[in-house]
Amino acid sequence: MIAIDVQQIVKKFGEFTAVNGVSFAVPEGEIFGLLGPNGAGKSTLIRMLVTLLPPTAGTALVNGFDVIKQADDVRRSIGVIPQAMTSDLELSVEENLIIFAKLYGVPRAKRVKLIAELLQAVELTQWRDAQVKNLSGGMRRRVEIARGLVHEPRIFFLDEPTTGLDPVSRVAVWEMLGKIKSERNLTILITTHYMDEADKLCDRIAIVDHGELKALDSPLKLKASIPGKNVLEATFSATPPGWEERLKQLPDVETVSGEDNIFRLKSQNGPATTLALMEMAARSGVTVHSLSVQSTTLDDVFVHYTGRALRDALQEANPREGAFALRRG
Amino acid sequence: MGRTWAIIEREMRRFRRSPVLIAIAMVMPLVQLVVLGYAFGGNVKHLKLAIVDQDRSVPAVKVRELAAAIASGARTIDTLEYTDPGAALTDLRNGKVNGVLTIPPEFSRRVLERADPKVALIEDNTDNFVSSALAATLSGMLASYNQPPKASRIPGQATLDIVEVYPYVAYIQYLLPGSVVMSIFMMVMIGGGIIFIDDKNRGLHEGYLVTPITKFELIAGFNISGTVKAVIAGAFLMTIGSLIAGIPDPFNVMRMFRLFVVIVVTAFALISLMFLLMVRVSDPLLPRAVFGVLNTLLYFPSGAVYPQQGFPGWMQAIAVVDPFTYAVHAFKNLLLKNTGFEAISYDLGFLLLFSVVAMTAATALFKRTL
Repeated sequence: MIAIDVQQIVKKFGEFTAVNGVSFAVPEGEIFGLLGPNGAGKSTLIRMLVTLLPPTAGTALVNGFDVIKQADDVRRSIGVIPQAMTSDLELSVEENLIIFAKLYGVPRAKRVKLIAELLQAVELTQWRDAQVKNLSGGMRRRVEIARGLVHEPRIFFLDEPTTGLDPVSRVAVWEMLGKIKSERNLTILITTHYMDEADKLCDRIAIVDHGELKALDSPLKLKASIPGKNVLEATFSATPPGWEERLKQLPDVETVSGEDNIFRLKSQNGPATTLALMEMAARSGVTVHSLSVQSTTLDDVFVHYTGRALRDALQEANPREGAFALRRG
Repeated sequence: MGRTWAIIEREMRRFRRSPVLIAIAMVMPLVQLVVLGYAFGGNVKHLKLAIVDQDRSVPAVKVRELAAAIASGARTIDTLEYTDPGAALTDLRNGKVNGVLTIPPEFSRRVLERADPKVALIEDNTDNFVSSALAATLSGMLASYNQPPKASRIPGQATLDIVEVYPYVAYIQYLLPGSVVMSIFMMVMIGGGIIFIDDKNRGLHEGYLVTPITKFELIAGFNISGTVKAVIAGAFLMTIGSLIAGIPDPFNVMRMFRLFVVIVVTAFALISLMFLLMVRVSDPLLPRAVFGVLNTLLYFPSGAVYPQQGFPGWMQAIAVVDPFTYAVHAFKNLLLKNTGFEAISYDLGFLLLFSVVAMTAATALFKRTL
């Protein structure tokens, strides 16, 4: 059965089109990822599905309910973790869960039992009476996960759940989501700009950029859909004219792109191409300053479908962060 | 209604854990009441009066003796003898004295001839309170000077008998109604407006909007909890303020009930106003910027510190639509005159109507989506 069915959904803000005719369907029990940089339209899309924003055009059914005409039914059947931390900082962990359980009309006896189970599932039982403001970012996110499940929803929406968390907390959140999903047979839709998160968690990934859906498939199939199993990145000293053409002639090379003296080669056989490249450089008197070989990543998939790297897209979306990083570097 | 109660519960739990908010909303109006009440409520004393006696005869001496009697009795003035009028005027301009009483050389002759004798008061009128007090004191002094040695048993001139209906009202008591309304307003603005917008800016409201809570339940929850917090602040200030200000019989049961009704109605009117102002606001700086201006615009035209009859036309126009005006009027009637509901029915009616209009408009403007 289809848990989420989106058909040609559009969202405009004045003249600006944030989401432009996106369609996809998510079967029950799947973890579905929306991967793209900030400003790609992921959050706008998820906000339409959780009834926070009305679509400009198109339709969306969540659990069989229309997000506009049956918004209340949609809300009753979903759990949502927004991008911002939305727990009440002055309330304790347990109080946050109690308030939300009451908002969803969970009867008292069931509420007490569910909250105890959820606190155990997110490993916060000993922190139940602690005020949320005294918890770390990772723990607060776990409170929100518990809060989103307090009414036993069938679909769980998470908008960038690990943004701002340290690497250890991120892994903890992933493990928690995986465990909860398997225990409760949830359908999960998650938005992220972290490739590793999408790769690790999601059964299928939709690549979103500039409000459009560029590709949709499982991580494995997405990687297999682009030319080359390996990606070589090489930096050279001054290269002779026609260097790019000569690189294309190397064994197993499918595509070459680059400018100045930095080149990116996609190859079906990374080691063989590497050896041939080094020999050619030596014969031509060209110095190889750096060379890296890696398997195809989702970033490569992103580049293939959007024409730019995910990290470049992130920098475009957050120029101040990039400038700060440059100053620190 | 369960969801409305959940919002109220959430707000009250947060309120309980906000000692700074509680202190600001309750203690600050109390401090203002005491400081303003005693700063404005006292009689002016020890004003420096330079006396330049250019006459030196018996009638002039009598004037000087009367001035000295006031200085040692009521102490409104402290007298300083000057021989040089020029020096006295210089000291007046330099602020060393507040006024110069000049007895001209021909004063005694004119008194004896009954030919319009005059003494002159030259005063520093940059401070109206001081100059008014000085003029009033010396006018009273001269009235005593003009009393005949033997008054007739039956006075031939019209006199004024003043009858005060109520016991003496100290200025701090006069200020109390405005301070109660101020404390309600501060709680509404800080505990309601500023925190509401801060939560919205943090994205907290998204967490509630994705639940099945209806628009009405959300608005009712926010406003009922805001009213409860404001009532607590108002009741606190009413009780403690009454004791500090010396309101007679402060724990009269019927009066306490009437006061409580007015506190509730006032709180709801002000929370409705706050909600209407903030319903479409997202910038957390805006309520902070507006709060101070609104405070001034609502408090002073209400008649809380000075009678409205003394205001210019534009300020009286503000007072007509200002909910503070009706709340202050109601509290004044109950606290200072111990009237019943009939004396404040118009005030309650206005406040209720104001609440309905403001809340209806705010509900219409409130967006259930982002």
